[in-house]
Order: sequence, then C-alpha cells, then structure tokens
Amino acid sequence: MTVAQLPPVVAAPQANRRRWPKPTLLIGLALLLLLLVAALVPKVLAPFSPTDFDYEAILQAPTSKHPFGTDNFGRDVLSRVIYGTRIDLQIALFTTLFPFLFGTLLGAVTGYLGRWSDALVGRLADLVVVFPFLVLVIAIVAVLGPGLTNMYIAVSAVGWVSYWRLTRGEVMTQKKAEYAQAGRVLGYSPSRILFRHLLPNSVTPAIVYLMTDMSLGILLGASLGYLGLGAQPPTPEWGVMVADGKNFMATAWWISTFPGLALTLAGVTFSLIGDGLADALRPRA
Amino acid sequence: MILTKTREPALMEIHGLTKTFPVRQSLLSRWRGQPVRKVQALTDVHLSVQRGETLGIVGESGCGKSTLARTLVRLYDADSGEVRYEQLDVLGLRGAALRQYNRRVQMIFQDPYSSLNPRMTVGQVLREALSVHKMRPPETQDARVQELLALVGLPPQAAGRLPHEFSGGQRQRIGIARALALEPECLIADELVSALDVSVQAQVVNLLLELQERLGLTVLFVAHDLRLVRHLSHRVAVMYLGRVVEVASTEAMFTQPKHPYTQALLAAAPTLDPSRRTAAPAITGELPSPLNVPSGCAFRTRCPHAFDRCAVERPALRTVSQNGGSGQEVACHLYDPASDPARALTSGLQPLPAQVPQ
Amino acid sequence: MTGVPVNSGDAALTQAAPQRWGSADAPLLQVRDLNVRIPTPAGELHAVRGVNFDLKNGEVLGLVGESGSGKSVTLRALLRLHRAPVKMSGEVSYAGENLLTMPESRLRSVRGGQISMIFQEPMTALNPVLTVGDQIVENLNEHRNLRGRAALERAADLLDLMGIPSPKARLADYPHQFSGGMRQRAMIAIALASEPRLLLADEPTTALDVTIQDQILRLLLKLRSELNMSIILVTHDLGVIAQTCDRVAVMYGGRLVETATVQDLFRRPLHAYSLGLLQSLPGAGQHRRPLQPIPGGPPNLLSLPPGCPFAPRCAFVTEACLGAEPPLVEVAPGRLSACVHFDRLPPLGEAVSGEEGAR
Repeated sequence: MTVAQLPPVVAAPQANRRRWPKPTLLIGLALLLLLLVAALVPKVLAPFSPTDFDYEAILQAPTSKHPFGTDNFGRDVLSRVIYGTRIDLQIALFTTLFPFLFGTLLGAVTGYLGRWSDALVGRLADLVVVFPFLVLVIAIVAVLGPGLTNMYIAVSAVGWVSYWRLTRGEVMTQKKAEYAQAGRVLGYSPSRILFRHLLPNSVTPAIVYLMTDMSLGILLGASLGYLGLGAQPPTPEWGVMVADGKNFMATAWWISTFPGLALTLAGVTFSLIGDGLADALRPRA
Repeated sequence: MILTKTREPALMEIHGLTKTFPVRQSLLSRWRGQPVRKVQALTDVHLSVQRGETLGIVGESGCGKSTLARTLVRLYDADSGEVRYEQLDVLGLRGAALRQYNRRVQMIFQDPYSSLNPRMTVGQVLREALSVHKMRPPETQDARVQELLALVGLPPQAAGRLPHEFSGGQRQRIGIARALALEPECLIADELVSALDVSVQAQVVNLLLELQERLGLTVLFVAHDLRLVRHLSHRVAVMYLGRVVEVASTEAMFTQPKHPYTQALLAAAPTLDPSRRTAAPAITGELPSPLNVPSGCAFRTRCPHAFDRCAVERPALRTVSQNGGSGQEVACHLYDPASDPARALTSGLQPLPAQVPQ
Repeated sequence: MTGVPVNSGDAALTQAAPQRWGSADAPLLQVRDLNVRIPTPAGELHAVRGVNFDLKNGEVLGLVGESGSGKSVTLRALLRLHRAPVKMSGEVSYAGENLLTMPESRLRSVRGGQISMIFQEPMTALNPVLTVGDQIVENLNEHRNLRGRAALERAADLLDLMGIPSPKARLADYPHQFSGGMRQRAMIAIALASEPRLLLADEPTTALDVTIQDQILRLLLKLRSELNMSIILVTHDLGVIAQTCDRVAVMYGGRLVETATVQDLFRRPLHAYSLGLLQSLPGAGQHRRPLQPIPGGPPNLLSLPPGCPFAPRCAFVTEACLGAEPPLVEVAPGRLSACVHFDRLPPLGEAVSGEEGAR
C-alpha cells in the first residue's frame, strides 16, 4: 500500500475561522488609549499647569474655564486629574509588573519541579498571606519610609503570591497533559518543556489577573496616598487628591469627586481588558 | 514472516520489572504509623520484544499495560528490574544517553486532544523535534516536515495549522509524524486509536501497518480492544493486575488461550455474531483494587479453577507449549507439573469454547 | 432500483416510517418526526433530523452511531431532557400521550417512574452525598409510594437482583465506596426501583472493562425478561449491539439511515454506511492486512451536503445520491434503509476494493 492510496484527508471545516475580540476588549483598549495619551502627553489635554496656584480662583465650582472646578489652592482640578494619570498608571504598572514576573516564573518552576522547592515556596507564601495585605504593606512602608519606591517594594514583597499560586496550579495541571509527556519522550530538556510548552499554556490566568491587579494597584496606591504613605504632595496623584478634598466635601465636592471618577475609569478599563483577554487568550480546542 | 527467526537476540528484554505508586497519605495516618499504601502497578514483569515484530499488550484497566509502556520510555522510574535494549541498560540511562535512547524508542499517545501543544502549529511541532535532535540541518527542515506530513497522509498546508483545526484521526497522524521525525526503531503505541470513531480507527491502523512495513519498525501495541490487537500483533501479552499472565503468538492466544483469565477475557469480549449469545457472563466478580492485590495468583479470587496453592504462591511465567514457534508462556499453577497432578488434570481446564472476538 | 421513491420530498420522509413493522400489538413507544435543534455561536445545529421509530413491548432496540451522529441527543429528547434554548419538536407518544407536549408535572411521573434512564458515567449520575440506599428509597417513595421498612427491604431486594453481594449492608454505602461495575449496578437498581416499562441506557458500559461490561449486559438482558421492560441502548460499539439488541437503528448525521433486526443487520447491511462500518472492523483471517476504512470523517451538522449525508464518504455514490436526501423506506420485510443503492451493496465480507472505481 502506498501513501497515494491512503484515504483522502478531509480538511477540518472550521479551519481558519477568525475569532473577533469581544467588544469588552475593544472598549477597554480604547479607554486605555485615552489614559495613555493623558499619561504621556498631558500638556495636550490639560488647560493649566497642575501645580500652579491661582489665588484668584480658590474653590471654584466647575465652570467653562475650569470644567472640574479648582481646589483650595486654586489649582485646576481637570489639569491635576490629567497629570495624575501618569503617576497612577505608573503605580498600576510598578505595583504589578514585578509581582507578575517574579510570581509567574517562580510558579512555573516550582509547579514543574514540585517536591521540596514547591513545599519551600509554599510555606513562604503562607507566611506572607497570613498577614492582612494592607497591614503588611503599611508596616513595610512604615519601616522603609513613605514614598512611591518604597511602596513598590512593599507591594511586590506581598503581591507575587497570587501569581505564584495561579501559575503553579496551572503548570501542575498542564504538565500532566500528554503533550508535556510527549516532550519528555521526545528527549526535550526540562527548560524547553517548561518555557516553550508549559508556560505559554499556563500563563493566561496570571495575565488576566494582572489586569484586575492593576486596578487594585491603583486603588492601593490611592489608599496609601490617602494615608500619606504613597505619593507625596504636591505630586498630582488621584488618591492624594481625594484625600486632600475630603475636608471640603460639603462645600466643594468636585475636588474629591473627579479624581475618584478617574480612579473608577482606570479600574473599569483594566477590568474590561482583563475580561476580554481571558477570552482572546483561551486556546481553541 | 519475521517470527520464524526466533533465536535472534531480542531487541528489548524486560526482566523482573516492578513499579509501585505510593498513595498520598494524611500526616495523621503517617504519624499513627500506618504503613505507606502502594498501588502495585507492575509486579515482576518479564517480556521480550523481537526486532520488527508487533507485540500486543492487552488487559483491563489497572492491569499495568500503560504503566509498562510509560516505564519503557522512562516517563516513570521503575522500582526494580531490568530493561535491556540491545546492549543498553535502559533503566540506568541519564542525560544525553537517555535522550538518544528516546530518539530510538518513541511513544505515541492516546488522547488526540491533549497530546499536542495547542499553541504550536504542526510545522513548529515537527521542526522542534527535528532541530532538538539535529535530525536535519535547519535549511532542509521544511522539506523534511513536508516529507513527514506526506508519510502520514496529511496535506502539505497542514504545516501552518494549529491542532484545533484537525479532527481526532488527523491529530493522531500528527502525533505519529512527530514520533517518526526522530526516525525511531521502536514505537510504543498506547491506545493509539481507542479515542477515535470506529470508521476512523481503520484509517490510522492502516497507516501504522504501512509505516511498520516501510520503515521496519518494532511496535508495542498497547490496547484494550482485543479485535484490533489480534489483527495487528504477531505476539500478544495478556496482563492482569500488574502481571503478565500469558504470552503467546496471536494465533495461539486467540485459538487456544491457556490462562483462565485469558479465556475469560476472550469470552467476555462481545463478538459481532448475534447468533452466538450466552446468558451467563464469562466471568463473575469485580477487578480487585490494585491497592490490595490478592496473595499468590492475582486472579484467584475470580478464577473458577483456583485451588489452595494459588493463594500462597505466585505462579511464574513458564513455557507450556511450542505453539506458534515462539512458545506459549503461562503464569498459572494448573500448568505446572509440580502441582498436584490430580488437581491439574481434574480441574476440567479445557480451553473454554474459544469465543474469539473477530 | 426496486421501488425507492428517491425524489419523494420531506413529507413522504416523515410519513414513510409509521406502521411498517407490521406487528399487531401496539408499540410501547412511537417516535415521529423527532427534531432537536441546538443553537450554537456558529449557527443552529440540527442535531436530530426527523427521526421515526417504534419500540415494542419487551424489545431491546440498539441506537448505534459515531460521535456526533445524534444518538445520545435523540435518547435525551425522548424524555424531554433538553432545556431551552435547545428546541425539540415532533411526537414521542407513550401510552397515547405525547411526552414532548405533556405538562411538566405529568412528565415528572413518567420520568423515572414509567421510563428510567442510566448513563455512561455512574459517578456523575449518582449523588455523592446520599447513600445508595437513600437514592433507591427516594425513587421508591416517589414512584411506588413505598416508605420506611418496606422501602428498605425492597431496596435490598433490588441490589440483590443486580447481583451485588451482601445487599443489606451495601445500602448504607456511598457511591464512592462502590467499584465502577458496582456503581453501574447501583445506578441500574435506582433506575429500576420504580419498575419502569422502558429503560433508556446511554452508553452504559463504555466506561467499564470488558469483563464487567459482559456482566452488565447479561444483567440487563436478564432484567428485561424478568421485568418485561423494553430497553433503548445507545452505543457506538457494534459488538455490544450484536450481543444485546433485538433490533438496531443506525444513525448518521442526525438521522436514522437503517433499521433492521440484529441478525439481518450483521448478516447483510442494506445501507452503505452500515456496511462500511462493519467492513472497517478487523475480521478473522485478515491478520495484518490493511483494513477497509471509511474515508474522511463524520459530517459537520452545521453544513451538511445536499442529498445523502454519507455521500461524500461513500464508495457507492452516484448522481442519484446527491439530489434530495433519500428517505428511510421499507426495502425488505421489516427492514428500512435510507440508501439509494441498498440493492447494489455487496454482501458483508466481500471486499469493496472491486468497487473502488465507483468512487
């Protein structure tokens, strides 16, 4: 029998049907674009400087000149919100990127190797999570001193655990799949099996969580800013701005409200992207 | 036929292979000093594989056939025993030597859906195998990928596609192509077609037959489908609860099964002839748990011929006839001349009316 | 061609089947023009397309087909187990009532009472937090109005009937304490507690080992004659069909393509698909010879070809197969086939290779 006599192979009918991203992902990406413009070139959007005092216009309600009103130093709230984007996106990125990279990598390795490495990191993770997250971060910042850099260090020391858990569990599932075993029988090195085969199939939950975590990171940055442990005045940071405005809530609601809305918008943006990515990154079976 | 040259040294020799899996226990039971429970997956397995033959390995779930396959390609580490592949001590291989052995002895997996990385195209899968083992210089790898696809009957444009674009049968072809990329001498096929529809099974079986003919492959065909094993194998080994209970040429195994379990297994397999129905099941009783294998002969709890010796002494494989040229080996006290001769004779162990699946 | 109305339209197709099995006693179950449509993101999947059959008292009917043929979907539709948005239409008449339209409350007394169902995977079909005894007694309460000691005794009797050793003690066990075969027996015991007239079995032995499968199939046959119930057995295993069923209905692409007694089907199939299926299996005396596979794969129900759904894979296909979908019609006494060329098919065992040119 020759190959020519083999039964003809019918091409799979669903071949090459493009799967379009869900609208949530597209909306999320559009909002992210807006945030990025505000972060990278705030001058284009902001009508005023974020730090210039204007004693002529203190605590003004929203007008056409100051659409978001002014604060107790006469600074334009709209401009401060726009300039705050950069610092808050930076917080979102720096509070999550290192935990993501470190946690995912560690999760992949210990999930694959198992045994003592997994047990060791597992106990370490337990140690970290028995403390309430915020309390631990505040404690670390209190020791290191307030400021953004120390806040990143504190969050990273705690935040990797979630990524480690997610990736470790996924790798442990994936390494039982037959393609991973096939890789071993094919004589592939452990690092090739782990990084070329298992990790790409295991990283999706971590990426999706990364998006949620970014909105949490902004909120955390805001909380610490509110407590005076994060960004230091006069840096325009949304959390600090909400905190500064709290004394004027009854008389000048706009000082706190607009940065608060910006926080919400950023959170929604990352959630939408995370939701969309979860769908787009799922391999088709 | 290949099997007439019986005295040629075997390609693979398995001696006393034993494998257990410890059962996870709670700290409390460990602290109480309860013994570690073990699943007895393989117990003292002896087998030899001749070059160029197809050796079928059959048995029910928990019989250890898949464990055996995986131990032979070193996915599992054996507890004890020896596996010789030509001059190689397989169980002692490490590093580069193990990779070289795996190049020569490849495995094809059961599940067409999980045995391929869902994020790599077929071309990437095959090229990876070629480049890791430096089977071809990079500039000729694409041509080799096309050769491999043609060999397993897939169209050239398959190289650019992802696994999900293929049907189950086509994915098994991809799995076969991946194994063949390393130009192995021996293929271990674990339930190669059992996940496929009947009409598609035959396509893949034909491919395996053709490739074996063409490339001179030795094949270990692990399956539970007796009809397929009978069709494909030169010799067959029957396993029960981690032990090989009978080894014989396919002809002898299916026409004159010796071991009571083999007889029951063949009788229980549903034949395609509706006029041959029996009211009583071929054998009663459940499969014992592999956590708690009966003493002596593992089959004695379900065996209609069991006698006292079966409970105390594990029967070893012994050659009982030269049927089919290569000898029929059975692990059963009934065939041991040292057993009470009256017992062996009066046990009524006539081969059951050989209800052979066909 | 002998009297095959190839060009008859859909109307003939749905009316061809009734009253053709020529038995005087009224059938237990009559299925007419059963359709199941499943909405999917890629479009509506017409999974069961106009299925007709009758089931006699005490009969074991095998429903055989490959994955995606619609055999399990059909079985579930008989008890209206599909939920919206899946759409079912047609008629499933049992004791003069249409199960597809009767009120939910009435249907509940039929389900599990008159008609019971067993599944492939007993571990998922049994409730893990209730003992086996509880689950049998529950059914006895519901459908036989047995309670207390009487129910427990009946439950033990049922386990005994299933061949489960020390039945009284096993009543207090949870499903996970049973082995695979015993679990399947327990599930059958629960299903039969209500003494149903009809048992629907969906691949009941596919997950079991061959020696256990053998035991369960023999048990089903024994129960059938002792309890005088009918069974519809869905399976992909032709050996199971041959060893268990009285009559067989072969499904392909959501339709019945052939029905026959089991002897007739295995002696001489009258549909090219049934023939191809039987010929693709390895036979005795063909050791290591190439098998005769059916080329290609199962049809995609979202884009069926016009005409016979099997035509693209068929060795006997001609122009006549490609126009309208051939209806299921009587081609011999007691035999229905939807094959245009049922009379041109070679007997089983004769190689199709001679026919290769016809492709």
